[in-house]
Amino acid sequence: MSKEIVFKIRRQDGPSTSAYWEEFRMPHSPGHNVVSALMYLREHPVNSRGEKVQPIVWDSNCMEEVCGACSMIINDVPRQACAALIDELEQPIVLEPLSKFPLIRDLMVDRQKMFDALLKVKAWVPMDGSWDIHRHAPLIAPDDQSIRYLFSRCMTCGCCMEACPQFHENSAFIGPAPIGQVDLHNSHPTGKYAREGRLHAVMGDGGITDCGNAQNCVQVCPKDIPLTDAIARIGRQTTAQWLRDLFVK
Amino acid sequence: MAAKPRIIIVGGGLGGLWATMRVVERGFNVDLFSLFPVKRSHSCCAQGGINAVLDVKGQNDSIHQHIVDTIKGGDYLADQPPIRNLCDEAPGVIRTFDRMGVTFSRTPEGIMDQRLFGGVKNKRTAFAGATTGQQLLYASDEQVRRYEAGGAVTKYESWDFLSLVLDENGVCRGTTAMDLSNMQVREFRADAVIVATGGLALIYGRSTMSSNSTGAPAARVFQQGAKFANGEFIQFHPTGMPGHDKNRLMSEACRGEGGRIWVPRKEGDTRDPLEIPEDERFYFLEEWYPAYGNTVPRDVASRAICRVVRHMKLGIGGKDLVYLDLTHLPREFLETKLGGILEMYRTFFGEDPCERPMQIFPATHYSMGGIWVDFEKDEQTGGMVSVHARNHATSIPGLYAAGECDFAYHGANRLGANSLLSASFSGQVAGDAAVAYVKGLGKDNAELPQSVYDSERKKQEEVNQAVMTSDGGENPFALHRELGDLMREDVFVERSNEGLDRALDGIGKLKERSHRVSLDDQSSWSNQSLSWARQVQDMILLGEVIAKCARMRDECRGSHYKAEFELKIPEGKFEGDPEYAEYKAKWKANNDKWLKHTIVTHTADGPQVDYKPVDLSVLPPDKPRDYR
Repeated sequence: MSKEIVFKIRRQDGPSTSAYWEEFRMPHSPGHNVVSALMYLREHPVNSRGEKVQPIVWDSNCMEEVCGACSMIINDVPRQACAALIDELEQPIVLEPLSKFPLIRDLMVDRQKMFDALLKVKAWVPMDGSWDIHRHAPLIAPDDQSIRYLFSRCMTCGCCMEACPQFHENSAFIGPAPIGQVDLHNSHPTGKYAREGRLHAVMGDGGITDCGNAQNCVQVCPKDIPLTDAIARIGRQTTAQWLRDLFVK
Repeated sequence: MAAKPRIIIVGGGLGGLWATMRVVERGFNVDLFSLFPVKRSHSCCAQGGINAVLDVKGQNDSIHQHIVDTIKGGDYLADQPPIRNLCDEAPGVIRTFDRMGVTFSRTPEGIMDQRLFGGVKNKRTAFAGATTGQQLLYASDEQVRRYEAGGAVTKYESWDFLSLVLDENGVCRGTTAMDLSNMQVREFRADAVIVATGGLALIYGRSTMSSNSTGAPAARVFQQGAKFANGEFIQFHPTGMPGHDKNRLMSEACRGEGGRIWVPRKEGDTRDPLEIPEDERFYFLEEWYPAYGNTVPRDVASRAICRVVRHMKLGIGGKDLVYLDLTHLPREFLETKLGGILEMYRTFFGEDPCERPMQIFPATHYSMGGIWVDFEKDEQTGGMVSVHARNHATSIPGLYAAGECDFAYHGANRLGANSLLSASFSGQVAGDAAVAYVKGLGKDNAELPQSVYDSERKKQEEVNQAVMTSDGGENPFALHRELGDLMREDVFVERSNEGLDRALDGIGKLKERSHRVSLDDQSSWSNQSLSWARQVQDMILLGEVIAKCARMRDECRGSHYKAEFELKIPEGKFEGDPEYAEYKAKWKANNDKWLKHTIVTHTADGPQVDYKPVDLSVLPPDKPRDYR
């Protein structure tokens, strides 16, 4: 085990300036992850040439892989920085911002697109309001609950979007994560009452048919969400919806 | 009043999101502010569950028992009428979450499952795997997005709330906030403001909290006149997993599902835990508290661990660590009930808790204290009037507080799985209250001239300017680390007046240094050092409040413990024994002296501490807490 941790970090001062690489070295101690190491560097912002530099800017919050904030590309893989243990990474550790979202600064990007997509696909169970109506939702079989639970853990972290070859600046493709949320809500006993609206939102330009079936999304998802299962199910549902639209209406 | 009244909500965790839903459902628009996309709020870290009496386990559970457990769990230090409503309405909150589509864990019949949590004897905790908070947060986030789609909610995400705009009568009329991209300060008009800004445990440096849970917004409204209450009551969660960046939480559900805490009986035993035979293991919680065993409340468990490690020197390998053991339970059972947390331990510690006992130690977790809030008592029911402008009102007219940043419900110690409940419930109550307040304002509440807003904005711009141009050489990140070290040393599980004096002295020095920073980042774009430097000043201020309150309270209550003032229950003696009667008399005398809220007012000379009686009308304190 090396006595130092070496980082190569792709930095950029703002959206309109050019990117540059900077190397950092810091003392090793067991138990570090990428976020805890970045915290050390923030307090000691000196690059490996000994020059004082501006502290690295990045996004993080929960530090236990449930909030989705600290996504970045670590040694070529999009993942959560807090759960990337230094001792399990090859050095120098290369950090880059996600490339499919507008860059804010250094390792920080703007993932508003993903939240906009959740709004577009109506990823919610429609209800009258948050007051108590003295009734539960209909019963849910434990097996159905288990499948829904896989999808309800999606953190909107953007790793699947980063890995998807069809999702990029010049494409309208909505990406895997929002389709997973369509599946989640279409499978709820009352959520499914509004499935048509969700299906229409993922039909047509930028919709589910833009998926190229590369299956990268499932490989990088930090929560192992079976996104391709959802894409297959929603694919079938949109086909059926297309036929209904054609013949019934 | 402006043509269309607006309500500002600061914070988009469970409290803020529930408040938002309520305000919108009552016909008003919301401007929702958050440091980050609300879906990333700290509520997502809550693991184990949410309490509500559904009585689905054949244990004759009752709402009355939930009320009693909550009051006693808090060592009687919470106003009791609001607790009554909290527990009464908990099943309704759960039913609503169910309708929102939360993936609650199910029994084979498809009904919601319930598990056991600390400080109670009945299975009362509904859960969604081990990510209950995340599931509840996401469901609330979805409903608020639905209202956003309808145009009733405007989100200001990646904005830092800086201050309130107060009129000449001290009434809250808006806010100022900083856009964290271009670092510009803007003013916002509002007829009422709700802060639901969460906890403050980052004051302790490493804690179980997210890196944004600094308590800064609470410190900001405190400096503008909002009273702060019961600051000394900080919950130290017994089962944290120590780390460089944070102490990750191992849910109380581990113990609820049968996890056992132990250390080797022999000091300096360096054997592998799996090689230590059963009779050489010291299951101290089970021995000391046979009635509750491993599921004693958090304050009791944390103190017991500190006693075993610090006083009896039985920590694993001489370190601040004890075992939390699940290895006697079947793997399949553990994966179903605790999957998420086991996964976290594997990820961050690299060992499988199904195979090897986990290593844990108490970690700073939850602030029972917070911004003081009022309630309107319902004399008929003994509870709180359901909808009233006084509920969750702070001492600044027009400012409301909800969720962990307020001081209500949990007294001197919070029961596990009561926080997701209080966050959701108090958000709902505060939303209703803010609407009632705005409706009552009438037409005489004239629109405030722009100059008032301009002047507050300029004031905040000047603070930014001062931080940016200061060149005193202090590093705000290092100051925070020092603050945390100091708080964990002397304002932790076991406190002494000597240690607290030392802490106050140290905080005083940090306070002064925090105004002499030099920022390494001079950019006017996405400058995290600037917002952090301001938050560090606020954390130091609240650290001083916590230490001062703790210094002045010469007793032991809930999470606040000073050995010097401990009233020990005589060992092996119970009700009916003269020795116990003598203890009980002392306990009552101590209550007469100390069963009161600490109320703190900000002054130029530091925090000024006063006390206020507790409303004990539901369950008068006639029995000491006893978990033996």
